[in-house]
Amino acid sequence: MTPLTLPAADNSGTFTPPTLEDLHLPAILPWGADEGFNKQMLLVVLSVVFIAWFFIAASRKQSMVPGKLQFLGEQLYGFVRNGIGKDVIGGRDFMTFVPLLFALFFFILVNNIYGAVPLFQLPTMSHVGGAYFLAGLVYVIWIGVGLKRFGLRYLKLAVVPSGVPWYIMPIVVPIEIISNFIVRPMTHSLRLFATMLAGHLVVALAGSGIAFLVEQENVVLKGLSVFVLVFAVAMYMLEALIMVLQAYVFTLLTAIYIQGAVAADAH
Amino acid sequence: MHQFVVQAATESASPLAPNWWEVLVTAVGFAILLFIVVKFVVPAFEKTFAARAEAIEGGIAKAEKAQAEASAALEEYKQQLVEARTEANRIREEARAEGAQILAELKERAAAEAARITEQAHAQIEAERQQALVSLRTEVGSMATTLAGRIVGESLDDDARASRVVDRFLADLEAQNAGAAK
Repeated sequence: MTPLTLPAADNSGTFTPPTLEDLHLPAILPWGADEGFNKQMLLVVLSVVFIAWFFIAASRKQSMVPGKLQFLGEQLYGFVRNGIGKDVIGGRDFMTFVPLLFALFFFILVNNIYGAVPLFQLPTMSHVGGAYFLAGLVYVIWIGVGLKRFGLRYLKLAVVPSGVPWYIMPIVVPIEIISNFIVRPMTHSLRLFATMLAGHLVVALAGSGIAFLVEQENVVLKGLSVFVLVFAVAMYMLEALIMVLQAYVFTLLTAIYIQGAVAADAH
Repeated sequence: MHQFVVQAATESASPLAPNWWEVLVTAVGFAILLFIVVKFVVPAFEKTFAARAEAIEGGIAKAEKAQAEASAALEEYKQQLVEARTEANRIREEARAEGAQILAELKERAAAEAARITEQAHAQIEAERQQALVSLRTEVGSMATTLAGRIVGESLDDDARASRVVDRFLADLEAQNAGAAK
């Protein structure tokens, strides 16, 4: 008998891992057969309320010597403004894009962190729609910025790198077109979506695994649940880190794309 | 024997297919957030940052101004000190010159006074001498006449004659004196 062999008296002994369907809870306010106002939508609305409330409260006083709340707000704002906007886009026109970067960073951050907060427990971006929308918005914005600045010449600037011999152009130009205009929005959205979905699945899997193991009568299997719990906590920490990191990465990439459009003639 | 079975996840709709309602809610939510950020949050923070930068720069400017004023005042005081010193020197010099002048004046005046007194004394002495000479001449004449009259025994009352004799005698005397003085 191996330890993995279950006694006959046990329940079916079948472990059913959480599926993607389990991440899509029934709608809170259904209005169709399969549609309705669901948890993801509720969390999005709540995130807007949280962020707006916090930053309006933090920026309302405008005192020369900030209090704790104002100081925190200024640090967070300054992180996006200077750490992402100013450092990446540069001193001349970064202020135009600071509101977008700021809203993106905190919108994604709060919607990701939901995954690590009990009761909320769902990173909004693990539903692909939100990630598609944000990446699409950024895609439209950076192309718009480029076209506004350089006119139709931008399309050439974006796909024809300077300093490349003419005979390599037939290879380089298609690659640039594919990488900049087709692959870029996909990777931008899927990176966010996939990390959130995978992290959420791993934590959910660990959670259901613990629940399954604890119910076993076999002492060894029961004991293994402690092992899984430790692993789950470690994964949870890693997930929390990734949630913050992905919000930063998404915003940083947005800034890099915009910078590329703003200074398309520089490279 | 019951095997530990892990069921494969059932095939479901592709996770890459979006729920369009979720896309819409995300879009509207993000648009509202962006609007709030553009309208309220960023202007408020930027205003605070600008005001703070201005306050710091203003403070520095104020300090610089105070510094400049202080050094200007110091310069002015130094200038005034130099001026005061020059003034004092000038006054001292003037006083010394004035003192010397006063001294010289006094000396001159004293000398003049002394000269005047001497002159006066000389004049007085001369006058007294003349007076004595005149009175002596008269007295000596009458005495001599009287004496001679007694000796001669003859009155020399005839004034005219007597005067002539006396005058002749005195003239001789004077001539003698003059010759002796030579």
